[in-house]
Amino acid sequence: MNFDLRLPIGILFSLFGIILVAFGVLTKGSEIYAKSLDHNINISWGSLLLLFGATMLTLALRARSK
Amino acid sequence: MIHLPFSPILASGALGASQATATTPQINLHAVDYAILGIYILVVVGIGFVLKKYVKSASDFLTSGRSIPVWVTGLAFLSANLGAQEVIGMAASGAKYGIMTAHFYWVGAIPAMIFLAIFMMPFYYGSRARSVPEYLKLRFDEKTRGLNAIAFAVMTVASSGASLHALAALLHLLLKWDYNVSLIISSVVVLAYVLKGGLSSAIYTEVLQFFLIVLGFAPLVIIGLYDLGGWNGLVTSLTASKGPEFVHSWEYMGSTANPMGVEWFGMVFGLGFVLSFGYWCTDFLVVQRAMAAKSMGDARRTPIIGAVPKMLFPFIVILPGMIALGLMAKAGSNYTIPLGVTGATDYNLVIPSLIAYYLPTGMLGLALTALMASFMSGMAGNVTAFNTVWTYDIYQSYIAKGKSDAHYMWMAKFATVAGIVISVGFAYVAKNVNNIMDFLQLVFGFVNAPVFATFLLGMFWKRATGHGAFFGLLAGTICAMIFHGISSPVPLSAIGDGIPWVQGGWLGAKFGYSSSMAQNFWLAIIAWSFCFVITIGVSLATKRTKTDGELVGLVYSLTDKIKEEGEPLWKRPAVVGSVVLVVALILNIIFR
Repeated sequence: MNFDLRLPIGILFSLFGIILVAFGVLTKGSEIYAKSLDHNINISWGSLLLLFGATMLTLALRARSK
Repeated sequence: MIHLPFSPILASGALGASQATATTPQINLHAVDYAILGIYILVVVGIGFVLKKYVKSASDFLTSGRSIPVWVTGLAFLSANLGAQEVIGMAASGAKYGIMTAHFYWVGAIPAMIFLAIFMMPFYYGSRARSVPEYLKLRFDEKTRGLNAIAFAVMTVASSGASLHALAALLHLLLKWDYNVSLIISSVVVLAYVLKGGLSSAIYTEVLQFFLIVLGFAPLVIIGLYDLGGWNGLVTSLTASKGPEFVHSWEYMGSTANPMGVEWFGMVFGLGFVLSFGYWCTDFLVVQRAMAAKSMGDARRTPIIGAVPKMLFPFIVILPGMIALGLMAKAGSNYTIPLGVTGATDYNLVIPSLIAYYLPTGMLGLALTALMASFMSGMAGNVTAFNTVWTYDIYQSYIAKGKSDAHYMWMAKFATVAGIVISVGFAYVAKNVNNIMDFLQLVFGFVNAPVFATFLLGMFWKRATGHGAFFGLLAGTICAMIFHGISSPVPLSAIGDGIPWVQGGWLGAKFGYSSSMAQNFWLAIIAWSFCFVITIGVSLATKRTKTDGELVGLVYSLTDKIKEEGEPLWKRPAVVGSVVLVVALILNIIFR
């Protein structure tokens, strides 16, 4: 089966990452982060998801171009 | 449910019974949270539509045509079992029993998964059987297959219905979403991708859901541990507030004086051997994932690949329960595990309440999406196992033999829709009939307890006959029922006015245990032993109906050993499996 699951995983987590980081930047310093011990977890965890998604996307696209 | 041995607390019915009280967390979602949920739904349904073009025959739809890469089948093997019962139930157990809950992984699942990979997979995959019941037909006879297939079909649909009900009830409780709307939306999403891409679609989305569950729940653990001063802080806090037995998995197993109320022998034999091997080595829901692999080698590596993350899962699913306890003891936290309507702690709300406590808008959407993903992966797993067993083992075998492939393809799709519709029906039954799920769970427990004896004898003793297997299974099930009738989950001296009959003792309690878990484990041990002995007895008393020639590829002593000398070490199941077992042993020692 010629289906590379890394592509949809990459797309999904990259989008999640972008949304969370963008939202985190917009809400910087907001009181909503009192919950997460005054840490802007949307930016940090969002970046991690973006990194994971981008890695998956890169692997998938590289395999495709071969 | 079938998952019973792995979710000691969460009778799905119990979660459904959760009702809002003053301590129930209220969660308000914002646009960004909905965006995350929406993207997730679009992507999983999208995967179904893309995979549609690979589905050309009934076997593509039901068995994926044995074409899926091994890292995918391995993670799906793990994820199909990772339904809500697992995520929510294990966190609940973590809060109720502490680190001892890890026995479900490091004593239960891991050894069974390795045994399946090394010893049993060659017969499932090599026999060309398309399902576990079909293996029983090839190895024993039609009636043994029929018994197993029908019991399995009923259990998977009921299990999927219970899961749906639990999801809808939880969303209603936390988010005030309408019960009916939640039910319909969740089932339509699963229906959409399973109906388009069949088993492949379920397997690929399960892997995506696996990553989502890990990445959605991990922040909860990280932030919780950070808040409580790391692992050492948590250990100190729990030792002071709950007692040292909450942070040691083995040290208090010498007697029943521990949170689980089970001594080491009942746990190792009942949970570690009978229940875990019975589930991981014979349940078609998980075995089906390995059977979809490309080659025999890949099929055997599938459970091992699944075992690696499985070993680490306690850190994601059990730790939240312990963190909840630590948080309750922390000065100024204002956190409690929510109470149910009866005023008792509702342990099933550990995960939802921690999500509400720690996660801000944004991350909240991610965690809730992960929670929904876990329900969906469990449900899709059940539905794809159901449609295969229905189409091949029931419809093709007893109702309409020798039809065209197109006909079976139509039936497989029909069974998919029907399976989901019946699940929805079961969800409403669970919602409206008190305790029905507790009752079903009890019956399924009776049916499942002896089953591993049948497979063990079938695969490793060529003299075992069809009559032996069939009557052994029946005897084991009946014995489980009787044992339940004469045992009690509380010591006899503490029974007082009696116990509800679903908990046992309806024939007059003769034995009392310190917990329902101990009673369950011993029930399994007794049922397994009866099935084992009676299968041997009846087999010796009856004639063999299968010749040695017919059993080649089905029985250990008559099948050529798989040669793996040419393979590199890291690809040999026996080598990698042993490494995984050693790591599991080390984890047991570290957290003893």
